[in-house]
Amino acid sequence: MIEVENLSKIYQMGGQQVAALAGVDFKIEKGEFVAIMGPSGSGKSTLMNLIGCLDLPSSGTYRLEGLDIQDLKPNQLAEVRNRRIGFVFQSFNLLPRATALENTELPLLYGRVPKSTEIALQALERVGLAHRAKHKPTELSGGERQRVAIARALVNSPAIILADEPTGNLDSATGKEIMDLFQELNEEAVTLILVTHEQEVAQQARRIMQMKDGKIIADTSNGAGSC
Amino acid sequence: MLIWDLFKMALRSLVTHKLRTFLTALGIIIGVASVISMISIGEGARRQTLSTISKFGTNIITVKPGQQKSRHVTTGKVDTLTLDDADFIEENISLITGVAAQVYRSAQLKFENKNTNTTVRGTGASYARLANFEMDRGRYFNKEEIRSAKRICVLGSTVLKNLFEGRNPLGKTIKVDGKNFLVIGTTVPKGALSWFDPDDQIFIPVTTAQKRVFGMDHVQSIDVQADQIDDLEIIKEDISRILRQKHNIAEGKEDDFYVQNSSQWLNSWGDAAKTFTYLLGGIAAISLMVGGIGIMNIMLVSVTERTREIGIRKAIGAKKKEILQQFLIESVLISFLGGGIGILLGIGISRIVSDLGDWETVVSTQSILLAFGFSVAIGVFFGFYPANKAANLNPIEALRYE
Ligand SMILES: Nc1ncnc2c1ncn2[C@@H]1O[C@H](COP(=O)(O)OP(=O)(O)O)[C@@H](O)[C@H]1O
Ligand SMILES: [Mg+2]
Repeated sequence: MIEVENLSKIYQMGGQQVAALAGVDFKIEKGEFVAIMGPSGSGKSTLMNLIGCLDLPSSGTYRLEGLDIQDLKPNQLAEVRNRRIGFVFQSFNLLPRATALENTELPLLYGRVPKSTEIALQALERVGLAHRAKHKPTELSGGERQRVAIARALVNSPAIILADEPTGNLDSATGKEIMDLFQELNEEAVTLILVTHEQEVAQQARRIMQMKDGKIIADTSNGAGSC
Repeated sequence: MLIWDLFKMALRSLVTHKLRTFLTALGIIIGVASVISMISIGEGARRQTLSTISKFGTNIITVKPGQQKSRHVTTGKVDTLTLDDADFIEENISLITGVAAQVYRSAQLKFENKNTNTTVRGTGASYARLANFEMDRGRYFNKEEIRSAKRICVLGSTVLKNLFEGRNPLGKTIKVDGKNFLVIGTTVPKGALSWFDPDDQIFIPVTTAQKRVFGMDHVQSIDVQADQIDDLEIIKEDISRILRQKHNIAEGKEDDFYVQNSSQWLNSWGDAAKTFTYLLGGIAAISLMVGGIGIMNIMLVSVTERTREIGIRKAIGAKKKEILQQFLIESVLISFLGGGIGILLGIGISRIVSDLGDWETVVSTQSILLAFGFSVAIGVFFGFYPANKAANLNPIEALRYE
């Protein structure tokens, strides 16, 4: 479903070129649960941004469900993000003035999906937060906020959910709850790609990619994660 | 995203920052209110002036003796015009509907034990019509009575009040500088103007005035009424030409009379008032611009503050156009709101001015539409740059913004 070939991203830093991503190749199939690990600055977020169609590569190709992403125009990229991708961020990134339900509904509004409120409510139910639908983010705990973010990520039934250090701002107990939720979603055949520093978080995935200096230095399947 | 959803979002953001929204709109409120009230005051002044001036009769050309050096200064001999000249104009000029020669001077009037000092105006038969005087009681004198220089008079309403205190004066005899005059009519009041009262005068046949009261042969002015206001210039030229002939004025010599018309005065007054209106409107428009710059300023702050929100929206699939629309709707809503409040305020101000200042104001639909359209246009114009800035933010950098 995801095919990446020789993908690279080079940033211009005051006349100096920084290769945040120095040519990576991999494939991810539907229903996989992949954890990406690596030291800070190794290019994990850069890779996530490219997979999430927030940015275009400097060179190489990225094919998502048969679509050549590097050839798309900004508006087409926005559509792919809206329909095929769900983001979960470390810092939740919810709209502070909107309720949980409104936050969840937002991708459907941009996608002009009818019956958006019902669908959004179902997504909140799926993450166990239907009873908090009318609450604003400031009235929710960190774990609840991240659940709203996950509900928002999956409300459009995307091809992949991308989570960049989703447990980084949570205490370990809440982090575990969130990881359990990801496990459940993955069992329902949602494709997941997750960036993490924590070994125990990565162990829940079925496949672990190790990055260093913009390259993938290890790509192993993980027996523990596959149950 | 449907426009309606964007509208709701914009509205929510404005409601969340009520005070800021109000302060931002304040510039537009003041701008629109001043546009509306200034134009209404200027337009009121213009109409008031025009209606005042038209009380004296429009379409009127006045011929006076001597030379006019400026609007108010005349030189030369004052006895160059005669009743003959008036008749000559009446007979030889086409496109006119009346000629009335005049002499005037102030005189002492007496009826029983009451005295008053007023203007005695000797006129031709068509003067009442030319000067827009309507008869209240009785009638104006006719040509026959002028030819025979009858001692009859028509009273203005102020004189009527002073001498008769509202009683019927018809058939009564008053003394004008000691000479008996029979009252045959009174005129409908025109209303006093600030600088003089047209009702404070009496009218007597011009011949009677010349021979029996003032003792003069010349006339002080000749009023000529044009049929069409468009013909005024032609008629003026014709009058000059035939009077020069009649007065045997050699080529190259100056006229011994001058010709002017009230509509000249009226036009220049109207123009002045219009300029005044534009000037006020212009000043107000500048404050509207300042209001627009205020909107731009706040919207730029708002875009910076909400950089992260913009990043989130882009990450979940908002297109450039949708971000642009969202912010543009916000700024237009602010200016729309400001425009609405400003119009009400402007109408209020012009009401107060007309009530307190005893000054006519005219709030025209045009000025409301103008101000409203202007303020919405300002919302779009000054909102576009911040909205465009928001729409062009890089989503990754926007998401990283603290
Ligand atoms: N917008 C950018 N401009 C310049 N350099 C960048 C930019 N984004 C990331 N980088 C650089 O690219 C490298 C990889 O960054 P990143 O993908 O964020 O790493 P990670 O998420 O693994 O910590 C880093 O050296 C970082 O400084
Ligand atoms: Mg990172």
